[in-house]
Amino acid sequence: MKYSIFNLVKNSLSYHQNWEKAWNSPDLKSEYDVVIVGGGGHGLGTAYYLAKEFGVKNIAVLEKGWIGGGNTGRNTTIIRSNYLWDESAALYNHAVNLWEGLSSELNFNVMFSQRGLYHLAHSIHDMQEISRRGYSNYLNGIDTEILNKDQVAKQIPHLNVNGRYPVHGALLQRRAGTARHDAVAWGYARAAESLGVDIIQNCEVKGINVSNGKVVGLETSKGSVKVDKVGLVPAGHSSVLANMAGFNLPINSVPLQALVSEPIKPILDCVIMSNSVHVYVSQSDKGELVVGAGSDSYNSYSQRGSFDMIEHMMAPLVELFPIFSRLKMLRSWGGIVDVTPDRSPIIGKTPVKDLFINCGWGTGGFKATPGSAHVFAETVFRGEPTDISGPFSLERHFSGALVDEAAAAAVAH
Amino acid sequence: MSNQNRTMYGGRVDRSKTINFVFNGKKYKGFQGDTLASALLANDVHLIGRSFKYHRARGILTAGSEEPNAIVQLGVGARTEPNIRATEIELYDGLEAASQNCWPSVKFDIGGLNNILSRLFPAGFYYKTFKWPPSLWLLYEHFIRKAAGLGKSPIAKNPDRYEQKFHHCDALVVGGGITGLVSALALGRAKCEVLIVDENPVLGGYILDTNSTINGKSCNKYIKSIIDELQSMNNVTVLTRTTATGYYDYNYLTALQKVTNHWKELSKTVPRERFWRIRAKKVILAQGAFERPLVFSDNDRPGIMMVSAARKYLNSYGVLPGKSITLFTNNDHAYSTAFEFNNKGAKVKIIDTRDNLSLELEDRCRKNSIQVFKSHSVISTKGSKKINEIEIQKVDIEKNELTGEIIKISTDCLIMSGGWNPAVQLLSQSRGKLRYDEILNTFVPEFSPQDLKVVGCNNGKFDLTENLNDAFTAGIDTAAELGKNSVDKVTWEGNEDISFTQAQIEPYALGKKEVTKGSKHFVDFQNDVTASDIFLAQREGYISVEHTKRYTTTGMGTDQGKTSNVNALALMSHIHEKPVDQIGHTTFRPPYVPQTIGAIAGRSVDHLFDPIRKTAIHEWHEKNGAEYEDVGQWKRPHYYPRGKEDLHKAVNRECLSVRNSLGILDASTLGKIDLQGPDTAKFLNMIYTNAWSKLEIGSCRYGLMCNEHGMIFDDGVTSRIGENHYHMTTTTGGAARVMSWLEEFLQTEWLDMRVFCTSVTEQWSVMSISGPNSRKLLSKLTDIDLSKDAFPFMKFRNGKVCGVDARVFRISFTGELSYEINVPSRYGLYVWSELMKHGKEFDITPYGTEAMHVLRAEKGYIIVGQDTDGSVTPQDMNLDWLVSKKKEDFLGKRSHTRPDTLREDRKKFVGLLVNDKKTVLPEGSHIVEEAKSQPPMKMIGHVTSSYYSPICGYPIALAMIKNGHNRLGEEVEIPLMNGKIVKATITDTVFYDKEGTKNNE
Amino acid sequence: MFIIDCPYCGERDQTEFTCHGEAHIARPSNPNEVSDEEWGRYLFFRNNPKGIHFERWTHDHGCRRWFNVMRDTVSDKILKTYKMGESRPEVNE
Repeated sequence: MKYSIFNLVKNSLSYHQNWEKAWNSPDLKSEYDVVIVGGGGHGLGTAYYLAKEFGVKNIAVLEKGWIGGGNTGRNTTIIRSNYLWDESAALYNHAVNLWEGLSSELNFNVMFSQRGLYHLAHSIHDMQEISRRGYSNYLNGIDTEILNKDQVAKQIPHLNVNGRYPVHGALLQRRAGTARHDAVAWGYARAAESLGVDIIQNCEVKGINVSNGKVVGLETSKGSVKVDKVGLVPAGHSSVLANMAGFNLPINSVPLQALVSEPIKPILDCVIMSNSVHVYVSQSDKGELVVGAGSDSYNSYSQRGSFDMIEHMMAPLVELFPIFSRLKMLRSWGGIVDVTPDRSPIIGKTPVKDLFINCGWGTGGFKATPGSAHVFAETVFRGEPTDISGPFSLERHFSGALVDEAAAAAVAH
Repeated sequence: MSNQNRTMYGGRVDRSKTINFVFNGKKYKGFQGDTLASALLANDVHLIGRSFKYHRARGILTAGSEEPNAIVQLGVGARTEPNIRATEIELYDGLEAASQNCWPSVKFDIGGLNNILSRLFPAGFYYKTFKWPPSLWLLYEHFIRKAAGLGKSPIAKNPDRYEQKFHHCDALVVGGGITGLVSALALGRAKCEVLIVDENPVLGGYILDTNSTINGKSCNKYIKSIIDELQSMNNVTVLTRTTATGYYDYNYLTALQKVTNHWKELSKTVPRERFWRIRAKKVILAQGAFERPLVFSDNDRPGIMMVSAARKYLNSYGVLPGKSITLFTNNDHAYSTAFEFNNKGAKVKIIDTRDNLSLELEDRCRKNSIQVFKSHSVISTKGSKKINEIEIQKVDIEKNELTGEIIKISTDCLIMSGGWNPAVQLLSQSRGKLRYDEILNTFVPEFSPQDLKVVGCNNGKFDLTENLNDAFTAGIDTAAELGKNSVDKVTWEGNEDISFTQAQIEPYALGKKEVTKGSKHFVDFQNDVTASDIFLAQREGYISVEHTKRYTTTGMGTDQGKTSNVNALALMSHIHEKPVDQIGHTTFRPPYVPQTIGAIAGRSVDHLFDPIRKTAIHEWHEKNGAEYEDVGQWKRPHYYPRGKEDLHKAVNRECLSVRNSLGILDASTLGKIDLQGPDTAKFLNMIYTNAWSKLEIGSCRYGLMCNEHGMIFDDGVTSRIGENHYHMTTTTGGAARVMSWLEEFLQTEWLDMRVFCTSVTEQWSVMSISGPNSRKLLSKLTDIDLSKDAFPFMKFRNGKVCGVDARVFRISFTGELSYEINVPSRYGLYVWSELMKHGKEFDITPYGTEAMHVLRAEKGYIIVGQDTDGSVTPQDMNLDWLVSKKKEDFLGKRSHTRPDTLREDRKKFVGLLVNDKKTVLPEGSHIVEEAKSQPPMKMIGHVTSSYYSPICGYPIALAMIKNGHNRLGEEVEIPLMNGKIVKATITDTVFYDKEGTKNNE
Repeated sequence: MFIIDCPYCGERDQTEFTCHGEAHIARPSNPNEVSDEEWGRYLFFRNNPKGIHFERWTHDHGCRRWFNVMRDTVSDKILKTYKMGESRPEVNE
């Protein structure tokens, strides 16, 4: 049933008794053309585009727990594309272009809210960095504005521009913003299912069968399955899955925490990121301040993290917004992020034939969801990298052709 | 009339102390010891706020930290705080509070329209609409956002101060109710260092509101004797008003102590709140349990509250929340309260879902003339601002149906009890596992990997005697595990009027039909999640507990589901016809109750946010009007404006002074590392890209460091002080990073190398005097032979400068004749002042980092981190001459021969001169071969440094351009954001003194 | 929030330490002779196990020494700390 205001009114007359399942829970079949391992936004999106744009018929998405339960449902929902390098700009801007039509495309309101995102600069060096990035964005056709201190102070009312590290200016991307993270997983799941994709939850992959260098099947908690192609999209468990197929990845999995405040009436209508003072914050539609910062330094699969990281979010938050000091932190949580050496993802082929991987999004995968899913679907379908996914190959770690967003800006997000 | 709902006597409020307060602009009186909630109830104020989504009238549900409804905007102006639970606000004179989420007033709230239209807003309605047209989402969203949110943020800086405290103890007892106190008593007697925290202002917990006895004495008296004993022990610390909020690994807990929140006057010396970070060897959790609401239609009106809350208002505060009270329950325990209200003269009726009552209860009800409706359920309630009537009907539990006639009962207060849920939040946070108890029908602690014990109701046990004995034994056992003194066993005996034994979990009362008709059986009060929302989520496939939670938002309010979680799970269990333990539960996340952001930040705010590092000469810069630049934590003089000079004018003047006569720079912030040991030269050969074996004592050499990826990550001059002694300098920002880098390889890779690294950055003050007159100045003040032959370029000498032991390096970052004078920091200011004094005749000019940048750019010297980023090799920077071809190995060498680092078209470091000789290119602007009319355009490089060069008389720039070394002389274009296109020509990187003779004079 | 038993200082709070990733990755003794792939593996590829992990930590706000830690990445329990140069402890499954 199509989601619309019309149908909402119509269903209200029957007390919403007649809504259909957003997605069903079929049994695992014995054979699939393509199996996507990982039911987050990237994985579900990949299945959706494989079915929708590449006509693949027999697809399953296997999810160990509940869909959207990994980093899709644990991030701070920031979306932007103002990356420095051309390769990143192409990938993330592809995503933003898709975000803009996603609610219509999926017939599910993902609440992509282009509220604008400000990267604050707190030093001359920061200004050089945002200027470089701003100009690169400008010539890549990505909307960008470099603001001075006065403009920042005027546009962000309660920001403390004269703190320990005074604000010098900001890089503004107006097309950037936030989206409702759960809705992305649910919307893709619903749309993919309507195209015949089997979405199988509580199905853990326990083994990857390889024969003569080619992937042939998967062992799961719900039985064995024969496959023609497999796409691994298991953020937080990329190395674990890769090891099952017999190879290692240039990845460390570390805890990243985020938190929300109690809901308050609208006070902050844009997204603020500060790499120097080190915090990022936005306000959700529900009214909660959504706050994030750096990750812990140690590897962990426990979805926790240490308390000092929370402290290191709160002090910067108060530094930037002294008015938030009396507000209350409501809930904090942790996720596992797969961090690559250059903070760019790995999308493409693996040493195993017909086994493809999409991982290593580190702390910033959510924003790329539709773009990542779209280029990965094409990569899996063609068996070869696309123009956009090509630079993000595993191979770059041998050739040295890193897409080093970390080196250029030491950006955590 | 004031305090009209107060009983004649009773309660623990101090009736001799009247307290004035204001709620929604109206003045009221309460007593010392009241909470805002109890005082409002005493004054017959029941309508406290409006709910999140439907703006339903809401009152006071509980008497504690689990309150979902009665949350208010507390205080005004800069001290206002949103979303504060009225049930926890201790009354103080002059308190001002107001209802939230309503306009224009809590009594007449426009938002209440949502309630009428509520059929249009089921769970997740926003996912199904507002999608079209996409361009309007921001508009829709604007209204959604305005409607959402609860209270308002302050809009002024917080005038209050918060503190943090670390605490280490043998044992932490969380909860100062009876079981916590008894555990602490055993621990205290065993001479353990004990910390006991309780969120309430008064210790003792729930039992204080009962007429229970302990070892034959009234519990109030007994508790007082325990508290007295605990307070007499200097190994026991008791913190009231302190809530344990987080349970992290290795028994690390956080707690928030309200210190002056309840004070009328603001203290300048005492913080508002204190944030505790506690590391406990052992933990005993004794947090008790929350009473569970019943789910029935319109169960949210003001005047409906939990039985335990009503009991507390009566017994702690002497408040009768109603005169005609109806009790709705499914368990025996709630009856005690009915009898107590009855004794106080309230008219009481009981609705019980069960059909079997014990004879004893039946008998007591009869004796008290309390009418009991067995096998009945409340099916609806009436009253717009406060409950005034309920309807009840007979229940067939088996069939889950309502039968028989509907009975109407007038009542002004409906109290409900659906059983008890242990407060398992902290246990769950500790990575603990919960077990669903089929008898109690709730989740109870099963296991935690951490070193803790759970006692009392918190452990899912409700027999007083058993709990007292368990608690004491837990204390004794814990002390024994800690190796402390043994304690005499005590046999405890407790008597409660009626103890809690079991309750059916009644997911909703009752009748599927009722739910489906769109009536509102609230599960989560604050977020307005109804039973039908839970149904809808299941119907639409949001079946995992996490999906249900996220789709309906149940349990996501400021109370984090303390009253709603178990009921939501029970509903899901009912719908799926599966036991609750197969439904599972969501993970509890810190904090246990919302905690103040400012308290977590503590003192790390304002000037203490991050330390400020100043050089020994800083005082002089201050007096001489320097403008500063933040470089890491350092404050470095950026420029020294004279009169009304702007940056540009001041920098031009400073640059020309250096070129034409004499300038002086405070270079103390440069990183300095002292390296000693027989293997130092060998070590430097591995660390730097160039060769160090032949550096003579007394000589200096510039070097580049690469990381193992082959990318430049720092540079600097290192000098050989003695046979096995070197002095390394690093960039200001890179000092700590380089130090770690050196240690990493010495400690983890080359354990056999004997090299010792010591950071000496702050030991030395460094003054760089630069310009043609620098030798003349220095010669007046030193015993060092400064003649060109005796002290050539790239050497250093030890000697006296201004009578102070100094090390003088003849190195230059400006391209002029320069000396870098290093003196012990305590003499820095003195020597600087002397140099200024004696340099007057040469018009010595202090210059800041901006002039330094211009001067070095004129010479094409790189700044690591500005001209390079972490993706640039020495070869890219045209610094091949600094990369040894002979050395077998150095860090990063192997990476220089990977396919990508060998690529021809890598970006290379070049100079750039604008053709119009006027435009100063923005740093960071990007370069194209030929600009198009609009983006996108293919970029070939970017500008890394760009300045107006006063000595050249035109702007100069440094840039990274693809294959740039082979493109000298080519013309390129730089499209600016304002649409202008600047033409420029690629040049080499040296713009001044190309022969490099001035250094060497 | 771990308590880490620094082999030089004893038990200290986690906030005094920093982790630097996987331990026991020896730098090739002959970098010039290894292939691009082998070099890439040394630089970037890590085991990243779900379970026992051997990792390097520094006691930054203490003795500033590097040492190794054997830790379970699921429970986050530290099983052993040991000095650089000491051999990797046995894993008892």
